[in-house]
Amino acid sequence: MLIKQKEQIRSSEITSESVYKQRRTFMKSALGLAGAIASSKALALTSAPQENAPLYPGPQWLQEKLQAATSPAGFQAQDKLTPYKDVITYNNFYEFGFDKNDPYKRAKNFITDPWQVEIVGEVAKPGVYHLEDFVQPHALEERIYRMRCVEGWSMVIPWMGIPLADVLQRFEPTSKAKYVEFTTLHDPQQMPQQGSLFGTLDWPYVEGLRMDEAMNPLAFLATGLYGQGLPPQNGAPLRLVVPWKYGFKNIKSIVKIRFTEEMPLNTWNKTAPSEYGFFANVNPAVDHPRWSQATERRLPSGLFSPNRIPTLPFNGYAEQVAHLYQGMDLTKWI
Amino acid sequence: MDLKKKILPMLRWWLIYIGAALPFLWLVVAAVTQQLGADPAKEIVLELGTWAINFLWITLAITPVRKLFAINWLSKYRRMMGLYSFFYAALHLLAFATFMVGWDWKILIVELTERPYAIVGFIALLLLLPLAVTSTKAMQRKLKRHWLTLHKLIYLIAPLTLLHIVWQIRSDFSEALTYGLLLSYLLGYRYYKKRSRAQRIKPVVNHPKKMQSQHSSL
Repeated sequence: MLIKQKEQIRSSEITSESVYKQRRTFMKSALGLAGAIASSKALALTSAPQENAPLYPGPQWLQEKLQAATSPAGFQAQDKLTPYKDVITYNNFYEFGFDKNDPYKRAKNFITDPWQVEIVGEVAKPGVYHLEDFVQPHALEERIYRMRCVEGWSMVIPWMGIPLADVLQRFEPTSKAKYVEFTTLHDPQQMPQQGSLFGTLDWPYVEGLRMDEAMNPLAFLATGLYGQGLPPQNGAPLRLVVPWKYGFKNIKSIVKIRFTEEMPLNTWNKTAPSEYGFFANVNPAVDHPRWSQATERRLPSGLFSPNRIPTLPFNGYAEQVAHLYQGMDLTKWI
Repeated sequence: MDLKKKILPMLRWWLIYIGAALPFLWLVVAAVTQQLGADPAKEIVLELGTWAINFLWITLAITPVRKLFAINWLSKYRRMMGLYSFFYAALHLLAFATFMVGWDWKILIVELTERPYAIVGFIALLLLLPLAVTSTKAMQRKLKRHWLTLHKLIYLIAPLTLLHIVWQIRSDFSEALTYGLLLSYLLGYRYYKKRSRAQRIKPVVNHPKKMQSQHSSL
């Protein structure tokens, strides 16, 4: 499985090292300034290391916003980061194929700009928004989150993005809005597996959160990672990140957000209700019916050091989110 | 002089022998040169497992293919293919225990006793073990007709192996479907042959011994 480097990126897209360094310097000084003004504890941003892997700068408006991004304290996992190359080449994005490497190989030409997000349902300000208008009112943040896949592996990723609660509030959900439902793009022309006969999933992919979960400060909408734009294989241009839940809740390439009174039927729950629930909170005490969830392998794993670590309740975010589920039997609400 | 009788078969033997080892050699090279991505452990385990199944299916395909295309020399390789299946299956488990579990016995025992897909895979490998051990000509002579009965275990091992894949399906079932269709052909072929043989035998009940030789090919 040789990874070809040459075709991935047009020479015009490559940022020369000097420009790259300048940008870093600019970002750092801008950051220092912003930090001084806001007197908030801002940390140095995590930039994409140029380890022979393609970069994804994102559209111009996003690049400008990225330069002003901050790293708010309280959202920076102290775990060792998963290397950039692994983050962008090892993905579950079934729309592009079932192998971990498929999304990286097959999503290269996925068109993520221009992009529109539709807001519908129990909300005062429904409408169709250009991604730029959707993101523009918010300041970008960098957040380092652990991600635990239901398959038993995990990563640590520096996301760039905006707090979900701020975004949702902007559209003024009504009192009937008890849940938020997210939908991925449906475009079998660009996403080959959506036309396949040999999968059990119904397209488009749908995920959902209870309103209080969506409003939790941890819930995040990613528009980038490693200091740059979001690679298509990671769910460009807009992807949900809810780090206390299994990875499949982090719906990718979102085109629709619906506010609703009823609990949405998320794709995996619909496909295999005995194996995947609506909440999907990381829980080492409740096994997947076919495999254990007690431990996880932190990637990248070395061959003779499998990197197997115990899985923590709520993926280590219990302090921030456990109260949301008080009184719920979490062996039943999987 | 001996080109056709000796040199060509010998070349063929080496070619097949080395060819069957290529997936293993490729994995070693890919692992050493770090081409297996973020999760080399899983990649190695999956690849070894896939080849264990491939060679098991090839073993079962030898007799039908030999008969359909009249390639008689194929039967000489049935044993080798079966042994390669065992080789890859054993390495598959070994790689799982080493690279994914790090020989943590607590986790390993839970995996092999509580996960249905792992249990059937483990049973299939255990059943394959006596077949590998008794694969030599000496053992064949020693066990006489019991040898054939013992080696009919393959008809149990193959469906267990298929179950091992089916129970791991998350969404994509194309691979399981392909192996399933192939296996139903390979087993269906034998069932059909056996039945038609039984029907042919009927009129000659008086000479059952005559027909016995045919039964010896699996």
